[in-house]
Amino acid sequence: MSAIQANGLTKIFGRRPQRGVRMLEEGADRAKLRKEGLTAAVIDATFDVAPGEIFVVMGLSGSGKSTLIRTVNGLLEPTAGSISVDGQDVTHLSKAGLREVRRTKVSMVFQHFALLPHRTVGENAAYPLQLRGVNKAEREQRAEEALGMVGLAGWGGSLPSELSGGMRQRVGLARALASGTDVLLMDEAFSALDPLIRKEMQDQLLELQSELGKTILFITHDLNEAMRLGDRIAMMRDGRIVQVGTAEQILNEPATDYVAQFVADVDRSRVLTAAAVMERPVAVVGAETGPKAAHKLLREHQVPALLVTGRNRRLEGFVWEEDVAAAVKTGADRLPLSGEPVIRVTPETPLIELFGDAASSRAPLAVVDEQGRLQGVIPRVTLLSALSVPDSVDAVPSDGRDGDGTGERPADGQSAPDTAGAL
Amino acid sequence: MSPTLLAAADGNPLPDLHIGDAVADAVDWITDNLEGLLDGISAALTFLVDLISSILLGPPPLVMAVIFAVLALLVRSWTFALFTLVGTLLIISMDMWEPAMETLSLVLVATLIALIIAVPVGILAAQNDTVSAVVRPVLDFMQTMPAFVYLVPVVIFFGIGVAPGVCATIIFALPPGVRLTELGIRQVDRETVEAGEAFGGTSRQILSGIQLPLGLPTIMAGVNQVIMLSLSMAVVAGLVGAGGLGQEVVTSISRIDVALGFEAGLSVVILAIYLDRLTGAIGQPTGRALLTKLTSRKKAAESAVGAGV
Repeated sequence: MSAIQANGLTKIFGRRPQRGVRMLEEGADRAKLRKEGLTAAVIDATFDVAPGEIFVVMGLSGSGKSTLIRTVNGLLEPTAGSISVDGQDVTHLSKAGLREVRRTKVSMVFQHFALLPHRTVGENAAYPLQLRGVNKAEREQRAEEALGMVGLAGWGGSLPSELSGGMRQRVGLARALASGTDVLLMDEAFSALDPLIRKEMQDQLLELQSELGKTILFITHDLNEAMRLGDRIAMMRDGRIVQVGTAEQILNEPATDYVAQFVADVDRSRVLTAAAVMERPVAVVGAETGPKAAHKLLREHQVPALLVTGRNRRLEGFVWEEDVAAAVKTGADRLPLSGEPVIRVTPETPLIELFGDAASSRAPLAVVDEQGRLQGVIPRVTLLSALSVPDSVDAVPSDGRDGDGTGERPADGQSAPDTAGAL
Repeated sequence: MSPTLLAAADGNPLPDLHIGDAVADAVDWITDNLEGLLDGISAALTFLVDLISSILLGPPPLVMAVIFAVLALLVRSWTFALFTLVGTLLIISMDMWEPAMETLSLVLVATLIALIIAVPVGILAAQNDTVSAVVRPVLDFMQTMPAFVYLVPVVIFFGIGVAPGVCATIIFALPPGVRLTELGIRQVDRETVEAGEAFGGTSRQILSGIQLPLGLPTIMAGVNQVIMLSLSMAVVAGLVGAGGLGQEVVTSISRIDVALGFEAGLSVVILAIYLDRLTGAIGQPTGRALLTKLTSRKKAAESAVGAGV
């Protein structure tokens, strides 16, 4: 079951917003609604967040992302469509029902922390439990645990004003964790922090996530943050979700010119991973193969070296063309494995970490999984072409992961410069 | 100006609505029909003021002066305590102690009642735009209508004495209490209120846990204003026989006694400064005050114990 599921979600602000829904159905756009005094903040948003996933909603200010996140816990009621959390429709809940959802299922972290300045850090972290009527001893204990998780153990007695921005947001995070809900909404949670602190917080969030496995809906306007954190990313523009997909899908298969334009400046070498650019290993021979067969394969593929695998595609080493040719001449029956070690990388390695390795060896990099089985190879040429923008990435094979991105390649190719004004 | 309007200058071109007469009729009706209620209110107000002034006048004036000074020390600072001591001794030496305490008790009762009305109305106005829209012009009316105008009907209702004084003081002093309570709650950071909602707080929990504490400095500024306006009105109320320093001022005017007038006026000033600084300090704890130091130390010790567990 999805942790969060939105279906045709629309939120329009203004007087009698329902007429805006009708206008949108009749094909009116955002500008036309604005003339009628209506603001279409979110239009027909449909997405699914799986349990344990970090789902990032990415968009510039005014794209409707903050409105979207507020419909999940009912701070805003959608004008049309529905949204459900953990299978429960929260769209038309009573006030009491909504409070119950907020107390038990969804907690939230805010951009400007939203801590209570007159209460200590510990009391702030315990605040959701206090609202719920949990007794003092238990809520203090759980608050202290949550503070420990975010690295603020022992700070419970301080006031928020005595803490730095990063520490305050840790308190905000601890408050959400202390609440003990499975779903966490994070509204531009790190946007108000210094870049260095922001990176630290992102690392910490990923670390916490790997331990706790919460479902996180994260809102940001920072593409690099979205790419770092998101298992999947929803790109929003003018109230609509224009693409949902993994960071790699969005980079390599932007659904619209807008997305392409947006991702043009991303440091691809930090976002793309080995798995995303690796090629199917074709220049591979089994360890049992004789030198003659290997030599034939080398000529077929016009490569200087072959990877050699044993049982279960476990990588054993590689052979150079010269050595194979020599072995054929001498009539040897075993492959002359090179003494040099093969450079093995894991599928999750970012490209930036591959360049040094690629430079040190003529042989392609071998991508192997945890069991040492060969998953793919990355020749130097592939590594270089992966860094170019999608215009010329047609040669790059699709990534090895199964994402369910809704992205489609634009039919008319990329014309990114035309949309420069949109940014 | 056109000739028609000039022609109309001797006779009013618009019909006289007799608004004033209508109000006078209403006042008459209330006096005739609600006599019991008015008497009850009058008795209650008089009783309260007498009670508090008898408490204030109970101990010897010098003891009270020390108590006031200690209060000043607890809430603010030793310089303020010193000022308080000098000021109160001055009042005693001018032989103005008794009227000053009578005025203070009148101010305290009027302030208390004004706040009991003003704070809830302010809260309602903050939460509901319609209430706010209705309340605002009423407050404008109460604040700008010259005070002497409603001294007259109040005297008709309650006769001469303390009750009409308190009543007129409440009407005059109430508006800033409502306004600043509304403002204090409305200006609480939207996101912080949202946090209360997002974690499932009821509107009552959000009001008591977030909006009131965070709006407190502004609300206390309102309380401060209510007290200051009460004090200025309490002197005017001397005209309707409310006693206290107002009585002294009225006497000095009728006798053209400059010395008496100045001494009474100076006592009002000392009382005003004392009340202003005292209530101002409660709204914004300075950290220098003994009371805030004590409480923050206690809090820190408690949480240190809590963290250690």
